[in-house]
Amino acid sequence: MRYVDEFRDAGLGRVLAGEIAAAVEPGRRLKLMEICGGHTHSIYKYSLDDLLPDNVELVHGPGCPVCVIPMGRVDDGIALAHTEGLIFTCFGDMLRVPGSEQTLLDAKAEGADVRIVYSPLDALRIARENPGHEVLFFAIGFETTAPSTALTLRRAKAEGMTNFTCMCNHVTIVPPLRALLSSPDLRLDGFVGPGHVATVVGTRCFEFIPAEYGRPIVVSGFEPLDILQSILMLCRQLHEGRCEVENQYTRVVSADGNPLALAAMAEVFELRPHFEWRGLGTIAHSALGLCDAYREFDAERRFEVPGVSIADPRACQCGEVLKGVIKPWECRVFGTACTPEHAIGTCMVSPEGACAAYYNYGRIRRPKEAV
Amino acid sequence: MSAPESFAGDREQRVLAIIETARAKPARFRDARITLAHGAGGKATQTLIEGLLVPAFARPGGALAALGDAGAVAAGGVALAISSDSFVVKPLRFPGGSIGELAVNGTVNDLAVSGARALALTVSLILEEGLESEVLAAEVAAIAAAAHTAGVEIVGGDTKVVERGAADGMYITTSGIGVIDPRATLSSEAIAAGDVVLLSGPIAEHGTAIMLARNLFELDAEIESDTCSLWPAVDALLGAAGPALHCMRDATRGGVASVLNELARAAGVSVTVDAAAVPVAPNVAAAAELLGIDPMYIANEGRFVAFVAPAAAERALGALQAVAGCEQAAIIGTVAQEPPGMVLVDTGFGGRRVMDQLVGDPLPRIC
Repeated sequence: MRYVDEFRDAGLGRVLAGEIAAAVEPGRRLKLMEICGGHTHSIYKYSLDDLLPDNVELVHGPGCPVCVIPMGRVDDGIALAHTEGLIFTCFGDMLRVPGSEQTLLDAKAEGADVRIVYSPLDALRIARENPGHEVLFFAIGFETTAPSTALTLRRAKAEGMTNFTCMCNHVTIVPPLRALLSSPDLRLDGFVGPGHVATVVGTRCFEFIPAEYGRPIVVSGFEPLDILQSILMLCRQLHEGRCEVENQYTRVVSADGNPLALAAMAEVFELRPHFEWRGLGTIAHSALGLCDAYREFDAERRFEVPGVSIADPRACQCGEVLKGVIKPWECRVFGTACTPEHAIGTCMVSPEGACAAYYNYGRIRRPKEAV
Repeated sequence: MSAPESFAGDREQRVLAIIETARAKPARFRDARITLAHGAGGKATQTLIEGLLVPAFARPGGALAALGDAGAVAAGGVALAISSDSFVVKPLRFPGGSIGELAVNGTVNDLAVSGARALALTVSLILEEGLESEVLAAEVAAIAAAAHTAGVEIVGGDTKVVERGAADGMYITTSGIGVIDPRATLSSEAIAAGDVVLLSGPIAEHGTAIMLARNLFELDAEIESDTCSLWPAVDALLGAAGPALHCMRDATRGGVASVLNELARAAGVSVTVDAAAVPVAPNVAAAAELLGIDPMYIANEGRFVAFVAPAAAERALGALQAVAGCEQAAIIGTVAQEPPGMVLVDTGFGGRRVMDQLVGDPLPRIC
């Protein structure tokens, strides 16, 4: 595959790994967080940990859209999916996310009309083809996917659709990062920044991280060489005593982001006063709801939504995993009670979840050298 | 800092050991309802088979416990193989094939990878009220043509019609019987450390062709299903490797990854795959990349993996590559003792990772 294989060149990867090792001062240990679940997935898929020197540790962050959906919202979605005559559409990742009593896959087996779509536009098409049915799109994701939901709603409005609604669970990246950075026990040296989110929002909005919290961030692409290069850029910043926002993913990310996408979001969404995040608690101004001009498409206004807040299962430590406080394998139910096929926590469901990535790709007992 | 870190490393190894023990336990079927995941060929399918069907049907020392693609039965001193396969693919026709052709090749191939050339098939049709006769006639012709190509006779069958909505056009079940070739000494237990893993050709074409045929993605690519009879390839391998050919399996639902996991588990060995050695056509790789699906998990209908003793590997590969359609056959991996039941991948990037069984279903009803 042209333009992809070039970023998977093993020879260049080894060169970068060597430069990373050379850029870290001997005796110094670096803890770097990759914010985005897409990075976590790539890191495990290409086993990049194997290439890094022992004193550079990667910590997984909160940027996995499925992982941060609280159980109450899943229950709300499942309750709506059981509505007579309603067609419930969502991305495939959502189907196995556990609610308090069942998953959407279980709801489907019980007769709910749950359909996987690959784009919100597919949901709109289903609405067009089924004029006698309500069609609901369960929207999730950070600023990466929010523009496509916004454009779909804009089109639904232009077409005068009356049977299409959206249950909006879109979240924004900056508030959870602030929450994370404000934590008194923060022990991170730098961040691998979310490339796809930055495509939309630009690199400028991450400037608070070096300015207010004194940590460097490098916005990164998702191929193995992208990630290694970003780690190298972080190590060099730390080595040279610099602390700034750098952009490794220059082939798609600009300082100001995508103005058309931002305009579509501004037209359709407004910030919710507060939103519950799985494992992170309620964070003010951290999520998007539909604004008044789009109220007729808002599933939460059209339907009776239980809106109950459900505490995470006691055994589940997704919150600590999402904050990078513990590694997936340190969770007390990891791999035994909580597995991809019978997940307790969201981090075990999504391919971008740290637990799923570690379980599916990283579960190797490596021969340990004698200490 | 170094002392606590090495402690954490040991602790991680212990956690992983506990997980391996848990995974090695026999599967228990405790789902409240059947979901599409039970049909996907991954973990849920395995739980259904090993947790519900086998305990109910298997007799001590019987053929079912081997969980091969076909069951072996001895009759009057002749070793027979019996297999059955159902087809519910949507759409009925797709680039490179159709449900009728799949239905014949599916059972012929289950017999072939068990070392048996198919002798006879029965064909059962479940038809939906309202199905156009023209569509049915086309599939009947496809069944006849595929049977002719595979050299197998259709000796019986059954027809049922269900109300509109109770089926989706048509479903087909074929059952087949064949005589196990005297050159074949195949079983998952014969797989041994040191064996090499052969793959008969480029992967993921069938599943990708079906995905694109459904027009869900507005992707256009000329990708055709790989459906074909595997007997000529199996015949060539048996001739070249004989008893050095330890086991074969066709990589249908769940793809090459699922088949390797099944066999690693059954044989109690590990398989390490060299990701760079696995042949994937560039357009298939690109489509899979766009859809975010690993080609190793995408279904094939005309590809199989074979485990061969190392001394016979090159000879077997040469024989396989000489068969039409298998020119790109390759050695993709090796077998080791440890860690038992696991499939690992050398990423081509200097690292090694797990390649687990499929959980959930990227796409139902591909065969």
